[in-house]
Amino acid sequence: MENKIVFRDKPFYKVFILITLAIMCSVLFIVGNVKGTIPVSISQIFEILWSHDTSADSMIIWNIRLPRMILAALVGINLALSGAILQGVMNNPLADPSIIGISSGAGLFGIFILVIFPEYQAFVPLAAFAGAMLAATMIYLLSWKDGIQPTRVILAGVAVSALFGAGISGTLVFFSDRVHGALTFMNGSLSSRSWPEVQTILPYTIIGLVLAILFSKRLNILILGDDIARGLGLNVERTRLELTALAALLAASAVSVVGLLGFVGLIVPHSIRLIMGNDYKFLIPGSALLGAALVMGSDTFARTIFSPTEIPVGIVMAVLGVPFFLFLLRR
Amino acid sequence: MKENILKAQHLSVSYKDHCVLEDISFEIEKGKIYSIIGPNGCGKTTLMKTISRNIKPKVGKVLLNDQNIFKTNTKIVSQKMAVLSQNNNSIADVTVKNLVHYGRYSHQKWWESTNDGDKEIIEWALDKTGLTAYANRKVNTLSGGERQRAWIAMAIAQKPEILLLDEPTTYLDICHQLEIMTLIKRLNQEENITIVMVLHDINHAARYSDKLIVIHDRKIVQIGDPWEVLESNVLHDVFRVEAEITKDQEINKPIFYAKRVVNE
Repeated sequence: MENKIVFRDKPFYKVFILITLAIMCSVLFIVGNVKGTIPVSISQIFEILWSHDTSADSMIIWNIRLPRMILAALVGINLALSGAILQGVMNNPLADPSIIGISSGAGLFGIFILVIFPEYQAFVPLAAFAGAMLAATMIYLLSWKDGIQPTRVILAGVAVSALFGAGISGTLVFFSDRVHGALTFMNGSLSSRSWPEVQTILPYTIIGLVLAILFSKRLNILILGDDIARGLGLNVERTRLELTALAALLAASAVSVVGLLGFVGLIVPHSIRLIMGNDYKFLIPGSALLGAALVMGSDTFARTIFSPTEIPVGIVMAVLGVPFFLFLLRR
Repeated sequence: MKENILKAQHLSVSYKDHCVLEDISFEIEKGKIYSIIGPNGCGKTTLMKTISRNIKPKVGKVLLNDQNIFKTNTKIVSQKMAVLSQNNNSIADVTVKNLVHYGRYSHQKWWESTNDGDKEIIEWALDKTGLTAYANRKVNTLSGGERQRAWIAMAIAQKPEILLLDEPTTYLDICHQLEIMTLIKRLNQEENITIVMVLHDINHAARYSDKLIVIHDRKIVQIGDPWEVLESNVLHDVFRVEAEITKDQEINKPIFYAKRVVNE
C-alpha cells in the first residue's frame, strides 16, 4: 500500500459529509413543519415565521410543530453525543445511555419526582442527572478491576439497567393512581411537548455540545488505552470522571423532557464512525447533526404515518434505526 | 559528572495482600540504557508500571529530576518522560501522522492546536523512526515492526529526556527485533534519550544496554554492566538455567547461551 491519503481521511471529505448532514437536518426540519394532520405549505411556513399572525396555521406552526421539531433536534443531539462520549470513556462500542442503564437511572429519579412530589416538577432534570450519575457510578464500581474492561462494563450496565427498570416499574405499581404523567415518560415520546421543554433542554445542549467539542482531543487520547493516555500526559481519572458527568448530563436532560428514548446513542455515533472514522474531532459534530436529523425524521414519520394516530417515536426509532445500523455493519 | 535522572526509592507494591514488589531502590543515570530482566512473574512489568506512574506504590516514591512523579502535574511529567506499555491493544484507527501528533499533547494547552513547532517535531519523529513514507497509512494496517516504530515515534514526539519501554520487541520476528533495538540504541546515542526497558531476551539486554537490573522474587538482586551480571552466578539462580558465557568478538559484549535447566 502506498502513502497516499485515503479519500476517506481527507479533511475535505469529512467537511463535505458534515455539510451534507447539516443540509439533511434543514430539510427534515422543514418537512417536519410541513407534514401533519393539517398540511401547511413551505411558502406559508415562511410567511408565518416572518409575520407571526394569529391564524390557525400560525398557531399550529408556532405552538406545536416548530417547538416540537426543535425539541426533537435537541434531544437527538444530546442522546447521540452522550452515546459517542460513553463509547470512548467506557472503552466499549455498545455503551449507550439506554443500554447501560444511565437513562433508566435518570428515568427512575425523574419518575420519582413526577409521581411523589409532582409540585417540584421543575427539579426533574436535576433529579434525572443525579439518577444518571448514580447509574454511571454504579457501573464503574461494578466493572472496575485494574482498569475498565469492555465486557464487564456491559454486564454491569445491563444489571444496573435491570435494577433501575425494576425500580421504575415498582414506583408505577405503588403509585398507580398517579402514573398518568409518568406513562408517556416511559415510552419516549415527543407528543404535546412545546416551548417549556425546549427551554429546559436547550442550555444543556449548548453547554454539552461546546464541552464535547473541547474534550474531543482528550477523547482521542483516552481511546488509545489508559496506560498510553497517562504516558502522554492525560489525567485519565479526572478526564473520565468529567466526561462521564457530561454524558450523564446530556442523557439526563434528554430523558427528563422526552422520557426513555433508546437507540439514538448507539446507532448515530456508529453510523458516523463507519462513514468518517473514529476521530472525535469529526465524530462529535457528525453525531450531533445525525442525531438531530434522526430524531426529527423519526418523529415526523411517527406523527404522519398513521395520521391522525401518533405512534411513540421510540418505536419508529427502532424500526428505522436497526435495519440501517445492520446495513452499515454488513457493508 | 554523573547525573541521575530517575530515582526509585524503597518502592513496595502490593495487590490486596499480595506483595508484588518489595523495597526496590535504584537510580538511573542520564544518557544511559538500562534493561530490566528477570523470569516471568518476577514483577518486571509491575515495576515498569510503577515508575511510569500507572500503579501507585504502597510505600516509596519515584523521583524524576528530583520531583516525585506522583505529586507532579501529569502533563509536566510527560514532557520529560515518555512511556510505551506492552500491549497496545487499542483500535488505532488513526493515521501514523495523527498518532505521532498525539505525542505533542503534553506540550499543548487545551485550546491550542498544532503549531509549526509541533509540525516540525512530528516530521522529525517520523524521520527518526523511518516512517515518513508511511505517514498517511492507518496504524492498524501496518506490520508488527512498523506499528511498534509508530508507537515509538509517538513517544519521542513528546521530546522526552527519558523513555520507558515494556518489552518493545515481543511478538516481532528476529529481523524486526534487531531493527527496533537498533532504533532504540540510535535514539539514545543521537538524541541523548535515557532508556529504561524491560526485555525478555538476555542477549538483547546484554548487547544493547549499559546496565542490567536483575529482578527476582519481588526484589532487585543485582545492578551492573552486562559482563558483571552475566559472569556472576546470578542468572543461574534467577532463571534456573546452566549457561555458557562467550564473547561477541566484534563488539566485545557477552553472549548468554542457555544449555540446560537446573534441577534441584
